[in-house]
Amino acid sequence: MKTLLTFIFEPGFFSSQPVLTALFVSGVAAIVSAVVGIFTVIRGQAFAGHSLADVSSAGGSASYLLGVNPLLGFLGMAILGAGGMELVGVERARGRDLATGVVFGAGLGLAALFLYLDVTTTSTSGTTIAVLFGSMFAIPSRTEFLVVIIGSATLIILIALYRPLLLSSINPEIAAVQGIRVRLVGLVQMLVLGSAVALSAISVGAILSTALLIGPAATALRLAKRPNLAIWLAALIGLGAAWLGILLAYDSADWIPGHNLPVSFLIVMLVFLTYVIASLISGRGRGIASAKIATPIRSGRS
Amino acid sequence: MSASIRNSEPVLTVSNMSVVLGNKEILDDVNFELHSGEFSGLIGPNGSGKTTLLRAILGFHRLAEGSILFEGSAEFARRRSIGYVPQKIQLDPDIPVRARDLVELGLDGQRLGIRLPSKERRRQVDEMLRAVNAEAFADQRIGELSGGQQQRILIAHALIRRPRLLLLDEPLANLDIRSVAEVVTLLNQLAHEQQIAILLSAHDINPLMGAMDRLVYLANGHAASGPVSEVIDGAVLSNLYGYHVDVIRVHGRILITTGPGDEYFEPGRDCATSETSNSP
Repeated sequence: MKTLLTFIFEPGFFSSQPVLTALFVSGVAAIVSAVVGIFTVIRGQAFAGHSLADVSSAGGSASYLLGVNPLLGFLGMAILGAGGMELVGVERARGRDLATGVVFGAGLGLAALFLYLDVTTTSTSGTTIAVLFGSMFAIPSRTEFLVVIIGSATLIILIALYRPLLLSSINPEIAAVQGIRVRLVGLVQMLVLGSAVALSAISVGAILSTALLIGPAATALRLAKRPNLAIWLAALIGLGAAWLGILLAYDSADWIPGHNLPVSFLIVMLVFLTYVIASLISGRGRGIASAKIATPIRSGRS
Repeated sequence: MSASIRNSEPVLTVSNMSVVLGNKEILDDVNFELHSGEFSGLIGPNGSGKTTLLRAILGFHRLAEGSILFEGSAEFARRRSIGYVPQKIQLDPDIPVRARDLVELGLDGQRLGIRLPSKERRRQVDEMLRAVNAEAFADQRIGELSGGQQQRILIAHALIRRPRLLLLDEPLANLDIRSVAEVVTLLNQLAHEQQIAILLSAHDINPLMGAMDRLVYLANGHAASGPVSEVIDGAVLSNLYGYHVDVIRVHGRILITTGPGDEYFEPGRDCATSETSNSP
């Protein structure tokens, strides 16, 4: 038993500070992203989520020039981007798509500039990889503190707005009739999306943060029939993928001597695999077949 | 089932209402009343302002002129308690919300925070599901239900807070004939049994003919209202549709005929274009 444990958890796994930091930061990021992801997927904002991630990379890359914690950089730009998308126009799905695309392009342009300046003016050669694809075992010190603040604030907002957010995600009009301020709820959802994206960006990188946001949520939505179950399941899948990915990355040093597989790659692949498996499991019960099965059930009255 | 009980104060009184959206006058000098326990139809061709009228009642549009009194009061805040089923709701099959969850959100969806399970709430939801004959599919995802089943759930969602007025915007559009009959019968029954005033908009008058107590009809921004027997009249309907309409009463049935030979006939309108019969 002991040898099996040491086989799974290579020596030093639990005593390595970078590993513990990675477990903590990615755990919080995965849970927050998965919960926010449920609402993002229901509202059809996956594109907005991915765009915010790319926009946030401008902040992450600028933070190396300014000497601030990259998480603050990611967060700042993601929040600015979220506000920008809300302002430019979200009345219709199409308008929202266009607004998102415009903000997204501008953000990535800035990221290109800042990454160029990072590489040419500072000595941090790995910045581009770190910003875009993450550097989980080299998370800057004192990031955990910021992660606690941002993560808990985001979750508290989500718990407070759970019902209005759910109802306006199902249909904005019936929500408005019940007295819910749909525009305000939409703005808060975008801000919460921004902070989830920033947390994921510091873990798996800006580009790959979409995987933590959309993957676990999409998987949970295939399996769970009720909103609260979907949220718990998404959080569990996200956390599982993040921690297993870190473990595999740590252990992978043994597989190819002298080389660790990138953590971000492993996490994203685990998320993807879970989605594929869930789709295969639920494929028979849902989709085209179930739409046909569901309709003939009627009440006895006519 | 005709207009009878009129001893109480109206639930809703619309007087001289005009609504202007942009530079266009959508509604001009509209007057009508709705009473408890009555099922009323809001009939008019597409684009005649039915949705605007319903949204004005809900307080979503400012009135250019006139007034709306709900339960005798002009206060906006009171109108929060009006039940509403909007037009063309698209419910995605991927939304992880069962029919009963949506009905439950009708009760307290505007509140902050999360709630603990409650037997009393469960009982209220079950009772509402029973009232709309939706128990059989209460635990299915809303997006997986048929159009008629979704309408019944949306009606339950709107009714669970016990509104005295329920507005429905084109709830019969895109339903098969059997579902149309089921929804109409259900609404008629709810209006009479629970003493609710119901106003349902439709571009086609026929499915409602036997069930309506009163009708409000809209054409060119103007409205006329009254008991069905008064409004179902050749001259009045001709005015409504903008072309010649005949109303024939045979053996207690009403036939509405619009002939293509008529010089005022406009082809391509999807309302009252064929000969139809309905038993009262």
